[in-house]
Amino acid sequence: MSLRRRQFLGLTATAPFLLGGRVWAAPRTTTRLLVVFLRGGYDAANIVIPTGSDFYYQSRPTLHIAKPDPANPDSALPLDADWGLHPALKDTIYPLWMSGQAAFAPFVGAGDDLSRSHFETQDTIELGQSLRGARNYRSGFMSRLTGQLNGPQPIAFTDQLPLVFRGGEAIPNVAVGAVGKPGVDEHLAGLIQQMYQDQALGPAVAEGFQVRDEVYKSVSVEMVAANRGAVSPKGFELSARRMGRLMKSDYNLGFVDVGGWDTHVNQGAAQGYLANRIGELGRGLAGFVNEIGPDAWKDSLIVVVSEFGRTFRENGNRGTDHGHGSVYWVLGGAIKGGRVVGEQTKVIEANLNQNRDYAVLTDYRALIGGLFARVYGLSKNQLDQVFPGAEPQDLQLV
Amino acid sequence: MRKSLGEPGLLLAAAIAAITGAGAAKAEQSISGHDLALLNRLTWGETASAAVDFQAKGAKTWLEDQLRAPSRGKMPIAAQAQIAALPIANSSMAELVVRLDAQNKAAAKLPDVDQRKAAQQAYQQAMSDVARQAAARSLLRDLYSPDQLQEQMTWFWLNHFNVHMYKRDIRAMIGDYEDQAIRPRALGKFRSLLEATLKHPAMLRYLDNDQNAAGHINENYAREIMELHTMGVGSGYTQKDVQELARILTGVGVDLSPDAPKLKAEYQPLLVKNGLFEFNPNRHDFGDKIFLGHSIRGSGFDEVEQALDILAREPATARHVSTQMAAYFMGDDPPAALVDRMARTFQHTDGDIAATLRTLFSSREFDATLGKAFKDPVHYTVSAVRFAYDDKVILNTQPMQSWLNRMSEGLFNHETPDGFATAAAAWSGPGQMAVRFEIARQIGSASAGLFRPDQPAAKEAPAFPQLQNALYFKAGLDQTLAPATKNALGQAGSPQDWNTLFLSSPEFMRR
Repeated sequence: MSLRRRQFLGLTATAPFLLGGRVWAAPRTTTRLLVVFLRGGYDAANIVIPTGSDFYYQSRPTLHIAKPDPANPDSALPLDADWGLHPALKDTIYPLWMSGQAAFAPFVGAGDDLSRSHFETQDTIELGQSLRGARNYRSGFMSRLTGQLNGPQPIAFTDQLPLVFRGGEAIPNVAVGAVGKPGVDEHLAGLIQQMYQDQALGPAVAEGFQVRDEVYKSVSVEMVAANRGAVSPKGFELSARRMGRLMKSDYNLGFVDVGGWDTHVNQGAAQGYLANRIGELGRGLAGFVNEIGPDAWKDSLIVVVSEFGRTFRENGNRGTDHGHGSVYWVLGGAIKGGRVVGEQTKVIEANLNQNRDYAVLTDYRALIGGLFARVYGLSKNQLDQVFPGAEPQDLQLV
Repeated sequence: MRKSLGEPGLLLAAAIAAITGAGAAKAEQSISGHDLALLNRLTWGETASAAVDFQAKGAKTWLEDQLRAPSRGKMPIAAQAQIAALPIANSSMAELVVRLDAQNKAAAKLPDVDQRKAAQQAYQQAMSDVARQAAARSLLRDLYSPDQLQEQMTWFWLNHFNVHMYKRDIRAMIGDYEDQAIRPRALGKFRSLLEATLKHPAMLRYLDNDQNAAGHINENYAREIMELHTMGVGSGYTQKDVQELARILTGVGVDLSPDAPKLKAEYQPLLVKNGLFEFNPNRHDFGDKIFLGHSIRGSGFDEVEQALDILAREPATARHVSTQMAAYFMGDDPPAALVDRMARTFQHTDGDIAATLRTLFSSREFDATLGKAFKDPVHYTVSAVRFAYDDKVILNTQPMQSWLNRMSEGLFNHETPDGFATAAAAWSGPGQMAVRFEIARQIGSASAGLFRPDQPAAKEAPAFPQLQNALYFKAGLDQTLAPATKNALGQAGSPQDWNTLFLSSPEFMRR
């Protein structure tokens, strides 16, 4: 077990953290934070729906979700006077909203990146750098955050190490959806580590064996449970539940990505493709909350982000094309949620960006940086290391 | 894969002759560390028999042969026979797609729920089987084709013009896409390759252009052509250019019906129909366009030709494509001066891929990176199997397909149009290294299913990976290993462990 990991477990045992509380030593890292990246640009306007906007209903003749109506199961779930939630999230995210554990921030995104390119804008966000200088592809913002914290236990729940975590020390990555019994035994693993001891890849190799063993241990507990007749979840829910268990015990700074949001064609409305995708996401996140358990959840945050929103009007194929502003989610057991937060504007044609999509009124760095500042008690200087030049915005969520 | 490549004249041929029977005539020849590293980089991985071929031709002739593929060389008969026996080798894509489409429609019409479900499953299996055959053919060529550079470039362009096989019926098209659209042009003119991908139903399906019609604009493909296939993001085109190209591309689509669509008389001469490809004038926006500053008169498919001419000649395209080729062969961050020279060659030769590669391969910058590029999973897997078995032809590629999927670089299995990353950091994370060692163990400790033919009741042929082979001992690979690697190998308790350690070594991770 690495030094980092021992520190974390030690801290957890002796320094339980009160979210929203007043007493803490900065920067504290007991809070568990998971960033969920929806790759492909999810159609935010049909998930957190501007139900108070007539223009929305004019713009989406076949794709719109009906205004909240208790008699209609396909209608939006009311959030406030202006906004509603996609009905596929009724049993998963909506209960969190009702208990003040979910908040939504519309008009968020990479304000200075108008490329409308998935790959470019995903990179922009994961790097979290100023767009004025040359990009450094070896410096992601969660990697820089790791460097500012005392005793972080970072992990990427992805099959490839994402940009967001590149640049600093070796950060473990593991695709938790596909875990098998390791075939390389302890003896061979030791010899392999010897071969890499003087190599740049040495730390990655050591970290790889360690995370492999931890994840297998955690998953084999679940397999025993499944063999006793427990229902096995599938897909993202399976992964998210495993992530929840790992973040309950071993890790406190996680990243996961979920693909499949690039809905140019036949995306569906209350039912259909996008509804299925968002339903699976909701079940996964609710499963994560469930596995991490009520105590740890009080000290946990999930931030859901995406590279951009989509065209506000539906296209010619009952889908939507690449847009700009998105809606980010913040979930947490002790947040002051149940609110649509951040700067907003009326959803009317005149307020569209380039007569096409949502404007960005809150920069992603301001939102995420603002959360980091509150959660970890980062100083202005420290935050500037994570998001150079960004002005953090405090949305009063934590 | 060696650390130091300085020492020339490693005696190789004698040992190879002893093992492969390649003849005593070459026994006096030797291959330098540099040449062996070059061979390792430009092929899918060094083998003793490839080294003999390289030696026989000499570096210059060998490289020119590779750039001029197809060469006169042949694949081993055992590999040719496997490819010839694949059902996809004996049917056209159009036939296959139409037949599978009919099977799907028939399945959907079954009134009984269980029967319908079973029939739909059978359809899905049939589709996956076709794609597995395409992957098998692709891997057999990577392993055994004498035109190794062409095969590397085929993979490169497939990735550059990526499509994801699990979208709609692309599994039935993917083999043809690789074999007919890409491989024959992999070392040819970029403009011709670009058009071949544009006219292929796999691409038109994947990026939704088969849905792009006047009044029902879908700009997905138009954007990716500029962003990924030609100019590159941030190279100066605008959202308006994307929209104009989308208009130009209206009506470019796919039609499974053998019959021409019903057209007004004036549109009939404008119809383009070739196999499943169709340009349907009824669906085209005939308004004039302004694309990248050029006026394009509304005229039908000729607008597409004009747009491709413009794109292929854009300096940004020469730069973007050169950067990607250099990164593929050299690893991260190719030097700007080299990319400049490649881009100039690309422009002077009207997008000649082989000529651009010649500029790359003859550069000092390229030479300096030999042995230093981190292998992505496909290079890792193919090079390991080549090294372990050389010209003893494997009988089943399925284990390799599974390993690639497990390492997240499965053939035809990248969901988004950007293709797989080439950066080392994309493949060397801790979790990825751990998985790679698992695969090293599977390849190193037994034949791992590679010699069990993919037919019911077929008998497995005996085989064992030969890693302590002629290249290892006599060509001096062993001399180039770091002390820590040698030390670990010395502690292996069995040939299986030795093999696993060798395939896990830092040296074998690089090319």
